[in-house]
Amino acid sequence: MPDLHPITAGPLGDDVRSDCHVRYERGGAELGIDVESKVGYLYGDAIEATARRVLGAFGVVTGRLTIIDRGALDWVILARVEACLRRAGFEGDPVLPASSAGAVVPTRRDRLRRSRLYLPGNRPKLMLSAGLYGADGLILDLEDSVPPADKDAARVLVRNALIALDWGASERMVRVNQGDIGQEDLRAIARHKPHVVLLPKVEDPEQVRRAAAVLRQEAGDDGPYLMPILESPLGIHRAFEIAAADARVVALTLGLEDLSAELGAPRTEAGWESFAARQATVYAARAAGVQPIASVFSDIADDEGLARYVERERGLGFDGIGCIHPRQIPVVHRAMTPSPTEAERAVRVVRAARDAEQRGLGAVAVGSKMVDPPVVKQARRTVALAVAGGALDEDWDADATEAPPNDDGS
Amino acid sequence: MKLEMVTNAAGRQVPAEVNGRVSVPFAGIGGHRPSGRKAAPAIATCLDYPSDGDKRAGSIREALETVGLADGMVVSSHHHLRNGDAVANAVFDAAAELGTRDLMWFPSASFPVHSNQIRHLDSGVLHHIEGSMNGPLGAYCSEGKMRGLGVLRSHGGRWQAIQDGEVRIDVAVIAAPTADAFGNATGDRGPGACGLLGFALADSIYAEKVIVVTDNLIPFPCLPWQIQGNNVDVVVEVDSIGDPAQIVSGTTRVTQSPDRRRIAELAARFCAEAGIMRPGFSFQAGAGGITLAFASYLRDLMRAAGVTARFARGGSSAVMVEMLGEGLIEHILDGQTFDLDAVASLRDDPRHVNTSPFTSYNFHGKGNFASMVDVAVLGATEVDLEFNGNVVTHSDGRLLHGIGGWQNCLAARCAMLLVPSFRDRIPVIVDEVTTLCGPGELIDVVVTERGIAINPRRQDLLDAVAGSRLPIRPIADLKAELDRICGVPQKVPRFNEPVAVVKWIDGTVIDTVWKVD
Repeated sequence: MPDLHPITAGPLGDDVRSDCHVRYERGGAELGIDVESKVGYLYGDAIEATARRVLGAFGVVTGRLTIIDRGALDWVILARVEACLRRAGFEGDPVLPASSAGAVVPTRRDRLRRSRLYLPGNRPKLMLSAGLYGADGLILDLEDSVPPADKDAARVLVRNALIALDWGASERMVRVNQGDIGQEDLRAIARHKPHVVLLPKVEDPEQVRRAAAVLRQEAGDDGPYLMPILESPLGIHRAFEIAAADARVVALTLGLEDLSAELGAPRTEAGWESFAARQATVYAARAAGVQPIASVFSDIADDEGLARYVERERGLGFDGIGCIHPRQIPVVHRAMTPSPTEAERAVRVVRAARDAEQRGLGAVAVGSKMVDPPVVKQARRTVALAVAGGALDEDWDADATEAPPNDDGS
Repeated sequence: MKLEMVTNAAGRQVPAEVNGRVSVPFAGIGGHRPSGRKAAPAIATCLDYPSDGDKRAGSIREALETVGLADGMVVSSHHHLRNGDAVANAVFDAAAELGTRDLMWFPSASFPVHSNQIRHLDSGVLHHIEGSMNGPLGAYCSEGKMRGLGVLRSHGGRWQAIQDGEVRIDVAVIAAPTADAFGNATGDRGPGACGLLGFALADSIYAEKVIVVTDNLIPFPCLPWQIQGNNVDVVVEVDSIGDPAQIVSGTTRVTQSPDRRRIAELAARFCAEAGIMRPGFSFQAGAGGITLAFASYLRDLMRAAGVTARFARGGSSAVMVEMLGEGLIEHILDGQTFDLDAVASLRDDPRHVNTSPFTSYNFHGKGNFASMVDVAVLGATEVDLEFNGNVVTHSDGRLLHGIGGWQNCLAARCAMLLVPSFRDRIPVIVDEVTTLCGPGELIDVVVTERGIAINPRRQDLLDAVAGSRLPIRPIADLKAELDRICGVPQKVPRFNEPVAVVKWIDGTVIDTVWKVD
């Protein structure tokens, strides 16, 4: 007798691409597997074999598993079958996908985070080429872009994506949920080398500490960095404490949509309603020694508006912007790139600093001006930005053995 | 159908006979020369036509009777009305009413709206179709239900087949957005305006009988007259030739898909860095997805470099028209108009002119425009490690697309295929193409979102971009990467029964399309 309450996972429909729908029905003395795939003639056998591996790992020996596939890659099928079986109450060790070619490129505290691209964590199609877009970071999102009913399935998908997806040179980021669901998210992904975990709606430094504790437990001291997101007036108010809550925090960002909603003032292009919040974020981040990152710009088609927004946020001191569509990435990078004049000035400062160090001098002089360490540090960042943005050649320092600059800085 | 098969110069098995005619197997690029004289219809006399120039009949059915439609005849139509066409369906519905049987339909292309013809194929009104078949008609043919073999030709190849007498059209039906009672017709105005009528031109010149069907009859003279009334037998006025919304789109927008944009951008940058984009150059781009986006990225590069193109070939749409308006292009030589902006430009701007498959593509003539173009960007369903290209089937062998001008455009100095490396897990770069439509000798560059592959035969292009930051990679590398991403696919069993053949631009048979289960 057919199961009246089949358990399912994954989307169904003619417009589904690069994903699959999995259905499990209890009953019967044997295990049956049906695969209906638009690429069945190419991968039908492989899809069935993949399903069998997961069924085996979860000890499923009876019932009927049906997969309605629309071109899902192997790691997606593994995730959908696992999610379905877990929903049906089965437990087991996950069958992990093969790692993508190329080792995970390690990250650094201070790496450039000019652009970070949000990708919905439950939609594999948008992830497949994400490593090609040149974003400084990619965020697989388990929070706002995933409906509550799908958060468990998204978690498995994102875990598999950490293993099997080609992230290119982008930083591997995951935004987890708040509260208990977030804790489960952390546990699922911690060992699969995310570089940075974004914590949403942080209002209390304790949220940061709790997350850090889970990550240490799961992944030891080499685990991911943290980026708290401030999305409420209370969060803004406690910004510094939050930014300084744990050594793992490398950046601080804010979510203007939710923040504006709580303010009771609509989000405007001029942005005065959020000015204090944005400034507070920058100050708190710098005070805590972490990177301040700005919120997203929602009008995908408005390149000029985006460029103006980026220039404004950069002017406030932000190091990067959130992106919601790959076409925003080059616009953001261009707007974050220093002008040739700024780049030249920064090069002079960096060279002067190195010169001073070589000569064993305590103070750095550029021309007749003395420059303090923070200025040197900022100059180094400017040079890095300039190189990344193509305003400076990668081999700008090739003539490092040249004579040191003259007194007038030339 | 038990057919004798022969192996052609590309190593493909093709039928020795196609629909009762002996066929010439593909003999290699430049391996076949035509002989003989052009075909022509019977000499007409004004004695048989109204001296007041009023050739009107009351209905399509009456027109078919007047021209003597009979069993086994060849009836042709054009596809400028795309998926909004109502005329082709009306013709075969009328033929069915008249009890006619075993007709061959010879469209310049067909669209899903033409699945109306499936019932005529089933009932015997139609014997078979020689022309591209998509959607339901493609499936019908792929499943072996058609009595004759399908024949897929490029736009240039269709002109060549008509001109050389390989296909003799008995009745040509020309849907015309505007016409006069003498039969002069144009596509650039009227409620069903489609731009031009180039695909019907050969039909009007070479067919025995020509019927013009219009929903916008105007007093003589209808100007401009791309179709000459002096070639027309009967004119029919109908309420509507089709659905304007499906004939041309209001406006074409550049795709937002990040992958398609990336491919297009890489291709445009390639043209700039390889020195193809230079003052006075020429290019051809389409109005679909990636190739339209290519035009918009190329436009930005041309603006930045201050480069003007002497001419561009279209598929025209708003982007190209904008470039014309800005002076970035000096002329648009148009084969097909895709949106209202382009229709208006064709009508009103003397620098935007219509062409036909005769001028653009016909290989059995004294030259054609396609070979004079510096760079052409095209799509494909598959490309293999030898750079051979497929445009009509996917790897399941099912008929999916027509050839269009694809084969003809390969004659450009630089022919580029702009393709995603896989579509829904189906690899686009394969060991061997399922259906050979274009030999690798003519395909110079393949651009995917993961990198650009240059045909090793083009050392000049390889040299031109040496040291570039573009992701230039061997095609075998690209294939290895996508095999890793998608998994190595199972082999697809093939070779049972032919259902259609693919012709090359010189009329030879380059490959067979096989029945699918």
